[in-house]
Amino acid sequence: MLSLYTRRRLFNAFNLFVSFLTMAIGLFWLGWILWTLLRFGFGGISIKMFTEMTPPPGSDGGLLNALFGSLLMTVMATLIGTPVGIMAGIYLAEFGKGNWIASITRFINDILLSAPSIVIGLFVYEVYVVLIGHFSGWAGSLALSLIVIPVVVRTTENMLRLVPDTQREAAAALGAPQWRVISSVTLRAARAGVLTGLLLAVARIAGETAPLLFTALNNQFWSANMNAPMANLPVVIFQFAMSPYDDWHKLAWAGALLITFGVLGLNILARVVFRQRNILA
Amino acid sequence: MLRAQSNADSLSLGGIQAAGPIGRCIMSRTISDSTLKRQYLLDRLFRGATLMFAFLVLALLAGIIATLLIGAWPSIKTFGFGFFISSEWNPVTQKFGALVPIVGTLVTSTIALLIGIPVSFGIALFITELSPRWLKRPLGIAIELLAGIPSIIYGMWGLFVFAPFFGDHIEPWIDQHLGSVPGLGIFFQGPPLGIGMLTAGIILAIMVIPFIASVMRDVFEIVPHVLKESAYGLGCTTWEVVWRLVLPYTKTGVIGGIMLGLGRALGETMAVTFVIGNAHELNASLLMTGNTISSALANEFTEAVGDLYFSALIELGLILFIITFIVLALSKLLLQQLSRREGRPS
Repeated sequence: MLSLYTRRRLFNAFNLFVSFLTMAIGLFWLGWILWTLLRFGFGGISIKMFTEMTPPPGSDGGLLNALFGSLLMTVMATLIGTPVGIMAGIYLAEFGKGNWIASITRFINDILLSAPSIVIGLFVYEVYVVLIGHFSGWAGSLALSLIVIPVVVRTTENMLRLVPDTQREAAAALGAPQWRVISSVTLRAARAGVLTGLLLAVARIAGETAPLLFTALNNQFWSANMNAPMANLPVVIFQFAMSPYDDWHKLAWAGALLITFGVLGLNILARVVFRQRNILA
Repeated sequence: MLRAQSNADSLSLGGIQAAGPIGRCIMSRTISDSTLKRQYLLDRLFRGATLMFAFLVLALLAGIIATLLIGAWPSIKTFGFGFFISSEWNPVTQKFGALVPIVGTLVTSTIALLIGIPVSFGIALFITELSPRWLKRPLGIAIELLAGIPSIIYGMWGLFVFAPFFGDHIEPWIDQHLGSVPGLGIFFQGPPLGIGMLTAGIILAIMVIPFIASVMRDVFEIVPHVLKESAYGLGCTTWEVVWRLVLPYTKTGVIGGIMLGLGRALGETMAVTFVIGNAHELNASLLMTGNTISSALANEFTEAVGDLYFSALIELGLILFIITFIVLALSKLLLQQLSRREGRPS
């Protein structure tokens, strides 16, 4: 029979070992997924991917129209979502201390931050796609912008709160009106943080598929018309991966590789721009 | 704090007179009434504009609920409460029930939590207590990158890499060994398809681990060092400190983190759509295919014909939104409770 002391020591050592194992498991999944992407996707990456349109089954092609569509919709969504998010974030941080509208907004915003993106797609379908009668790039951008807003609100508020009140007071003492204090002092002091939030928001929407299924749909051809269905990388990957054709699979893997490393790159960049852990917490 | 009020005060004084020798030197002129008035108006305008955008966030939520309700109304009227308990999903006869997707959503999320919670706890424990200081940040970032990978990538990886591996090597074993256990057996019997509810649950687990682990790590770090040092001083092992002190201290936060993970798992769409099999049938066995609310939507929405079919799908979306809303609200409240306690001297 082991002594109580030895048993406790052993139990401790065992549990800590298990903890080490779980950490290894976490890293293992990450490694496995990235390695899969490299293995299947790397062969498909070629110059053709950036110069040719998505092909019909059984022939060669690239992803140019999908890349362009994704880029355009992401840019538009960011342009629509960012000002809204920053303004709402300013309200919460600067005017919303101990005020019930602000507390409710903060609460709701945090819920929207994690709300299922497919429901956002349904919402935009109901209010916009049904109204104009067809799928369109604008609808896709709108859906994505609704995902951008909560992220930007959250990061803007958090970053503005990090600015010391003494700076606001100093600006006010110089006679600056409040809009001036916020726009030229507080917001400027927090700009690295706000920019980080923006990068995280872009990273979030760049790979979003679900809300685009009902809004932008897809387009096999080149189209820069935001008022028509628009090709985009995630939906093309979805369609191609679910198809039985080998050529399409190959392109889907190449697209997946591109999108993942793009998104992970943005995530890392965001953390480099603003070296504080957990900006979203 | 500077408030609009203070501007109004100075306005009533009719301009700010710089006082003192230094002040006179820098601000030798008096600010005119009209400038002050303009600035005051600009302030009001600015405040009003930010308030409007804050309202927009509230309106968004109200809009989502209202739109889904309106869209789902024909289905709510036709099927009533029976929608929740009917497992029939037949576009031809126009009979729809949500039981299969609801059960599928709950089952896959439960599997995800059963696997995700212990693993996340282990990871948080490793990062906060065991890891050398210089490794903490890289490890934290690596785990957070798991959350950055788009869900469609999880789906592709799940379908083409994980499901075949799982079907060839793990599922036959599960069927043989767990399938014959009396009572539990029916959950683990079936052909090794690779895809199915268990596969979907495991992939969901990987996806929620970063969310739960990062909340756990954050709340573990707020435990006062004095408390931990006293426990170590009494001779506790690291495990005893974590299990008997850190965990009880951060209980609400940990549960909040788990709820956040649950909220994510419930609404996850693309990853599940790839591997669940999309079959509208109720199976006791976890090895069999099924359906979840979000994957039913992703698969059928653009192909749905007929108003009632559409409406039934939108009602599914409404149900999903309400469930995740409740779960996320609970998570938020629990986390708030913990941060309030953090501010109080203990």
